[in-house]
Amino acid sequence: MSDDVLTRGAPALPTRLPIRLIDENGDPVSTTRSAGFEIPDEDTILSLYRRMVLARRFDAQVTALTRQGRLATYPSALGQEACEISAVAALGREDWLFPTYRDTIALLTRGVSPVEILSFFRGDWHTGFDPYEHRISPQATPLATQALHAVGLATAARLASDSVVALTMLGDGSTSEGDAHEAFNFASVWQAPVVFLIQNNHWAISVPFEKQSHARTLADRAIGYGMPGYFVDGNDVAAMFAVTSAAVGRARSGGGPTMIEGLTYRMEAHTNSDDPRRYREKSDEAKWKLLDPVERIEKYLLNIGALTDTVRMDIAEAGEVLAAATRDAMNTEPVLDPLELFDHVYRADRPALREQREFLARELATAEDGSTP
Amino acid sequence: MTILDDPKLLVAADTDAHPTTVSISSALNAALRDALADDPTVVIFGEDVGPLGGVFRVTDSLAHEFGESRVWDSPLAESGIVGTAIGMAMYGLRPVVEMQFDAFSYPAFEQITSHLAKMANRTKGRVTLPIVIRIPYAGGIGGVEHHSDSSEAYWTHTPGLTVVTPSNPADAYSMLREAIASDDPVIFLEPKSRYWVKDVVTLPARTAPMTRALVLREGTDVTLLAYGPTVKTALQAAEIGALEGLSIEVIDLRSLSPFDDETVGSSVRKTSRAAVIHEAAQFGGYGAEVAARVTERQFFHLSAPILRIAGFDIPYPSPKLEEHYLPTAERVLAALDTWEW
Repeated sequence: MSDDVLTRGAPALPTRLPIRLIDENGDPVSTTRSAGFEIPDEDTILSLYRRMVLARRFDAQVTALTRQGRLATYPSALGQEACEISAVAALGREDWLFPTYRDTIALLTRGVSPVEILSFFRGDWHTGFDPYEHRISPQATPLATQALHAVGLATAARLASDSVVALTMLGDGSTSEGDAHEAFNFASVWQAPVVFLIQNNHWAISVPFEKQSHARTLADRAIGYGMPGYFVDGNDVAAMFAVTSAAVGRARSGGGPTMIEGLTYRMEAHTNSDDPRRYREKSDEAKWKLLDPVERIEKYLLNIGALTDTVRMDIAEAGEVLAAATRDAMNTEPVLDPLELFDHVYRADRPALREQREFLARELATAEDGSTP
Repeated sequence: MTILDDPKLLVAADTDAHPTTVSISSALNAALRDALADDPTVVIFGEDVGPLGGVFRVTDSLAHEFGESRVWDSPLAESGIVGTAIGMAMYGLRPVVEMQFDAFSYPAFEQITSHLAKMANRTKGRVTLPIVIRIPYAGGIGGVEHHSDSSEAYWTHTPGLTVVTPSNPADAYSMLREAIASDDPVIFLEPKSRYWVKDVVTLPARTAPMTRALVLREGTDVTLLAYGPTVKTALQAAEIGALEGLSIEVIDLRSLSPFDDETVGSSVRKTSRAAVIHEAAQFGGYGAEVAARVTERQFFHLSAPILRIAGFDIPYPSPKLEEHYLPTAERVLAALDTWEW
């Protein structure tokens, strides 16, 4: 990737075709599609591949656990691993990630333990991890709201002269929300060190992208906000990582926000309670299966002779260990304290909440006695 | 009579301080200035809060004194203002943001109810959001459509928020300082029609804690519960009532959430009658909660049902008709006359 791509004054329109560095056969593409970006080095690609495979194994395990009734719900990111892993890999430890409910594998990749991630979807508590420990905000369920939080945090970091970047993940459906617009605009006006990573997975539950936007691409919007926009093959991890890393670097060096649209596909249903047969063709899914991000990068690594059987076996083994740990964690009943419901609503003491807490405590004690209240 | 007549409630912390005549607007301005000076994490942003000083001049000259990195104009988008304040608070700042008018806070409704109010709870207290949202509210200023709403019930119905409203300059200063120092998010409702009401106050003033209701006038026959703009209405009704031999106790609730059951309860046990006054529409309004909870707790001390003297159940009227909508002292006294005494 060349610096001038990122440092030019007025933002240009994104490329006509999505930026692609490696095609579906695992072959490097001609430079006309690269927009000046370069395939990351072998070690980086191997590391991205390893994390994508582990994430996919985790995702499959969680989907299975949800079907078994162990989790209340799970929105899978199957097929979106290139975007998810690139987002995390491009960030430093000091940076912040603002994910949505679909970005669970990003949390995993950033080091949150399976049980801390999944206690949300199991229904133990709304957020199971410490946002400050991992520098990850709670997974946002309302759409695009977290993008504003990212802009605010990045602005605060900039005011403190801290070298911190915030990356927020968005879906194509969420870009129709007003908060997405406000976040893009605030970030640009304040030149906040933010990266907006929009995963255009083509589906907002059952509504196709065509019904969300009439624009050629979502990345085209960037120019209207006065920021650079990149239209990227979201199933090409080499391209996604190169562009996202450049955007993070640009933000860190005071260059302001960047919008990235990764063109990808949600291979699974919206969640386990959704039925895609009601709104999309199997042939559409089959078409995207050919563009699978994990298989593509695997072919590339095999083509260049960088993936040995030992490494593949090692990754597969690590995947099974992760899956087993996830199963074990989720098959253990959580110990929940109903009285904790009252403990974090306010910092300040609230007599009325204390009364309600005491009421529930009495009710629990009565239930334990086996007597009727 | 105001709380200023009770020296126990007003402590001048600064020995150099001397009494001056201040309005609610200038008391709020002083509170913001002192908070900015005392705490480098306090920042102020919103629409027109910079060089203009806000449409009600509450942030007058603060941008000039503290610079653009502490006090600045944001793009015109209320959800954006609250949403970015949340991110700033996550990073350790204490943002004080302004919604220019009550009805213009509604675009921020989702950020306030789904994120600001819930963040501490959803993260088990790991992320707290010490944010103050200042909202000029209520009517009586001849404002055109959308400039006179009383939106308190939306916020008081949302667990996680603290909702307070001052009725006089000393409280305006003291309660805003306390709100900014609070680790919980605070909706700070400023009664527009009272912005320019003046009192002789010694700043920095420290009045009673913001979550406490205060008895402003003692009486034995009936307790009037008022807040923000209707405190004056209640005090007027008490004056007139006294001429007719009616001894009215007036309580300024100050904090709408939490509700000071203790202060209100002990007054109602004494008077055995109560009425609550607000500008917002009556149906589903804040008065309904007040009437219900006071009845639940004090039923056997009550001689009559608790009355609500509130706005009609209509959208806030246009300026030339608002006088017919707003509760007046006469309307309060007429309502009290409906009881059998």
